[in-house]
Amino acid sequence: MLRINHRGMWAIYRTEMQRAFRTIWQSIVTPVITTALYFVVFGAAIGSHMQQVGGVDYGAFIVPGLMMLTILTQSVSNASIAIYFPKFTGTLFELLSAPLSAFEAVVAYVGAAATKSVGIGLIILLTATFFVRIEILHPFWMLAFLLITSIAFSLFGFIIGIWAKSFEQLAIIPSLVVTPLTFLGGAFYSIDMLSQPWRAISLFNPVVYLVSGFRWSFHGVGDVSIAASLAFMTCFMALCLAILWWMFRTGYRLKP
Amino acid sequence: MQPILSISGVEKRYDSGLTALGGIDLEVRRGEIFALLGPNGAGKTTLISIICGTVTMSSGRVLVGGHDIVRDFRAARSIIGLVPQEIALDIFSTVWNTVRFSRGLFGRSPDPAYLEQLLRDLSLWDKRDSKVIELSGGMKRRVMIAKALSHEPELLFLDEPTAGVDVNLRRDMWAVVRRLRDKGVTIVLTTHYIEEAEEMADRVGVIDHGRVLLVEDIATLMEKMGKRRLTLTLQHPMAAIPAELAAWPLELAADGHQILYTFDARADATGMPALLKRLGELGIDFKDLDTERSSLEEIFISLVERA
Repeated sequence: MLRINHRGMWAIYRTEMQRAFRTIWQSIVTPVITTALYFVVFGAAIGSHMQQVGGVDYGAFIVPGLMMLTILTQSVSNASIAIYFPKFTGTLFELLSAPLSAFEAVVAYVGAAATKSVGIGLIILLTATFFVRIEILHPFWMLAFLLITSIAFSLFGFIIGIWAKSFEQLAIIPSLVVTPLTFLGGAFYSIDMLSQPWRAISLFNPVVYLVSGFRWSFHGVGDVSIAASLAFMTCFMALCLAILWWMFRTGYRLKP
Repeated sequence: MQPILSISGVEKRYDSGLTALGGIDLEVRRGEIFALLGPNGAGKTTLISIICGTVTMSSGRVLVGGHDIVRDFRAARSIIGLVPQEIALDIFSTVWNTVRFSRGLFGRSPDPAYLEQLLRDLSLWDKRDSKVIELSGGMKRRVMIAKALSHEPELLFLDEPTAGVDVNLRRDMWAVVRRLRDKGVTIVLTTHYIEEAEEMADRVGVIDHGRVLLVEDIATLMEKMGKRRLTLTLQHPMAAIPAELAAWPLELAADGHQILYTFDARADATGMPALLKRLGELGIDFKDLDTERSSLEEIFISLVERA
């Protein structure tokens, strides 16, 4: 008897990736255009009046934050719609009745969502090179952060998708939590530029640790230590996995 | 032979306090067509959903092909196919892709030849590259069946397969069901059309208020529960049954134009010949004689009413 249903996982992964290519404009072209717009506004228009931040040109400084902003929102929305849509249309019954464990289902769905996020992140990076000169000091860590963030926030999105009972609830977390936290998380500025108490308050924003760690992998400087960033990522991912484990164990909003 | 489906003490209680199933015991034999009958809300769909893994049972035990559906869910589920009542499909996918997806999801290796034959049998081959959203309701239902059969299940559940389905599709569907049975696939179906169960099924289970009222061979059930009724249309109407005929439980109908005699079909002595003889002796002439057997529907109604 099969121990791991790798064919089942592959079927989900492939279908999810096909969905991305079916909606290629929405999935890939939109983030590229958005990024280009950010560069025009923040890089060219405002950046020319800005001094260097931590020895880095402002245009290059915002690249990691910009990538993070898109990766976070894309991961959450891709993974949440992937599980919410079957719930909404009723096709979830097939997943629940398949010889597939919860772990395998999560790996397949989250893997597909994270793959898309990593792809989009790299496309943004490529787009950015048309506007600014970018040096990546720690390419390995850059990729590691990209991958871990994509996975962690796809897990988070998957939780939102299971939790959501309506399209409104589905949209509320990305637009009311993820995007504001990212903007306030130092995507376009260093939190060192803030005065107290805002600087101290910012340290409670989880996205600060992501952006900071990611920026460190590019420029070698971050707002918080790399260890703090990694510790945060690990805790966040563990928390998401624990919640998902509980959700599948109890059938929370998945099956009565 | 080991039953392909063995259900013991299955209960389902919802948090709201509603008890959908109150201790179901049931066995389905390998290779048979088993019809689950019962009024709306009887618990048929809940029971099927528990077996297939889309609803969690409160207590009890289900074995599919000898595999526990909780502990050994992979082995159990990989031999089950489910066609639910409601059409639920990824409408943006093509017919071919969604059927191939189902086969993969159930862990089977790709087999384009099998899927082609399956789509041909269901008259879907011409539509294989169409998006599901472009298909008619009947075609979508065919896609649901194709998905359920894509991984070659040994036990197929059809939940109300012919509800709201036109004559053509219904005929095609029963042809498919018969072909599957010939291949050894066990089929469990729920239906409202009792004549369908009577025609198709080997055995029926009647379920109401979350309990199994009866499980029986169709033939035995008809024999055991079936009443026969003799209708005599009289030459001359009568006002009352003559006292000489008191030995038979007779009724007058059609303003005294008919005598009705209801009797047990399995009884050795039906009393019919004696009745006819007595009528002759009394000089009561009749111009027509008819007997009928009660249908499964009548049996079903009397069972549910009695419960």
